[in-house]
Amino acid sequence: MMYGYAWDTSTPLTFALSILPILGIGLMVTLKAAAVGYAIALVFGLVLALLRRSRIKAISWTVACFTEFVRDTPLLVQLFFLYYVLPEFGIILPAFMTGALALGLQYSAYTSEVYRGGINAVPRGQWEAATALNLSRLQTYRDIVVPQMIPRIVPALGNYLVSMLKETPVLSVVTVLDMLGLANMIGERTFDYLVPLSMVGLIFLPMTLICSALIFAIERALPKSGIPLR
Amino acid sequence: MNPIIRFENVTKRFGALTVLDNFNFEVQRGEKVTLIGPSGSGKSTVLRILMTLEPFQDGHLELDGTSYHEPNGRGPFKASEKHLHKIRCSVGMVFQSFNLFPHMTVLRNVVEAPVAVLKMKRDEAESRAIELLRMVGLSDKKDQFPSQLSGGQQQRVAIARALAMRPRVLLFDEPTSALDPQLVGEVLGVIRDLAHEHDLTMLLVTHEMRFAREVSDRVCFFDKGRIVEQGDPERFFSNPQQPRTREFLSSILGDQEPVRESLRCAL
Repeated sequence: MMYGYAWDTSTPLTFALSILPILGIGLMVTLKAAAVGYAIALVFGLVLALLRRSRIKAISWTVACFTEFVRDTPLLVQLFFLYYVLPEFGIILPAFMTGALALGLQYSAYTSEVYRGGINAVPRGQWEAATALNLSRLQTYRDIVVPQMIPRIVPALGNYLVSMLKETPVLSVVTVLDMLGLANMIGERTFDYLVPLSMVGLIFLPMTLICSALIFAIERALPKSGIPLR
Repeated sequence: MNPIIRFENVTKRFGALTVLDNFNFEVQRGEKVTLIGPSGSGKSTVLRILMTLEPFQDGHLELDGTSYHEPNGRGPFKASEKHLHKIRCSVGMVFQSFNLFPHMTVLRNVVEAPVAVLKMKRDEAESRAIELLRMVGLSDKKDQFPSQLSGGQQQRVAIARALAMRPRVLLFDEPTSALDPQLVGEVLGVIRDLAHEHDLTMLLVTHEMRFAREVSDRVCFFDKGRIVEQGDPERFFSNPQQPRTREFLSSILGDQEPVRESLRCAL
């Protein structure tokens, strides 16, 4: 019995069906963590990419080091670090927020590289035309560079969404009750891990497939030359 | 009267390569100057320095009395972004590869900078843009995207876009070099019309010799980062003094005949 739902272990099928509502609650946590983490990755990644292009060496270097460090260390280590070390400095976040933050930080390091590639792919002539028209740096990014780079970066950003979604179960190690966390608890109580864990896998499959299809649809819908401005 | 553009001993280096070496050059207000010469001779660099697309290392450059370098200026341009912004207010540029914004309609391409930079009202900027597009013969294309236009049409939009910022100096960097031969005429026609504007100073880098002769007040022949010979087009083309100029002119006119002869045929 969990969240008011009892399980029926008489056959694997009835067991699977009876724990579905419980896993559904975990699924909402998983989706929320992925959504918050992805939002952080999209925004903070762009900030990192722009800072890395700063003309001030101290800023671009610090950001480059930070990005490399985060990219090249395991997510699990970062997660433990945020969960166990931050409180020593008086920063106490709920487990869910810590998990979403860790996912978001790790993936901002990835997305910042995607943005960087996207910015670099905008032809030189576009920057020069923007300079010749006296657009400021902010206006150049807002009206010229970002609208043109979006179609180029959607596929890569989409891949990271799918892979982040698949990584959310690591949050269960810091006590977040996501799908995997709940499946584990069901297993502990019923001594049957096969069914709940298989269910988690089965639920992930259509989710990632739907995500991939959505991204593909967005990719096809965007004009290659950029977000149209009239 | 003071010249609007004054290069004084300007030196521009790309790494170990010196593109302009102690370069001196003056342009009067309203003058139409054509820069010709072999590729790599520094003529495009002159335009790119004026547009602040390239910094230069030594010497002095003034636009309408304002120096490009600031006394305590930092960075490669030895000037603040604000100072460069002020200089760019007077200069516009038309590029060889048009460089229209592909994600913007023709109209948006032309109104973008007046709205963003000059803080013009959108509808005011649009009515001016339509006026400019009419001038280059493209007012019916205002809602299309650059990819739907021919090269010649794109370059005419680029000219309208540059004019929308009301520059006092307009730079043309080989504006017809990327065009199919049959599209060159329409672009040159627009530039020819502009050449009648008395207040507009024009610097034109081109390989269209006949056109240079027709529209410019002065032709400058560049070689290895220096102006080897300059003069009014009539005299320049009919009686070039320097051997290097003669060599260049005969090679570009595709004829080993004496220059005077081949020009008579060409014109």
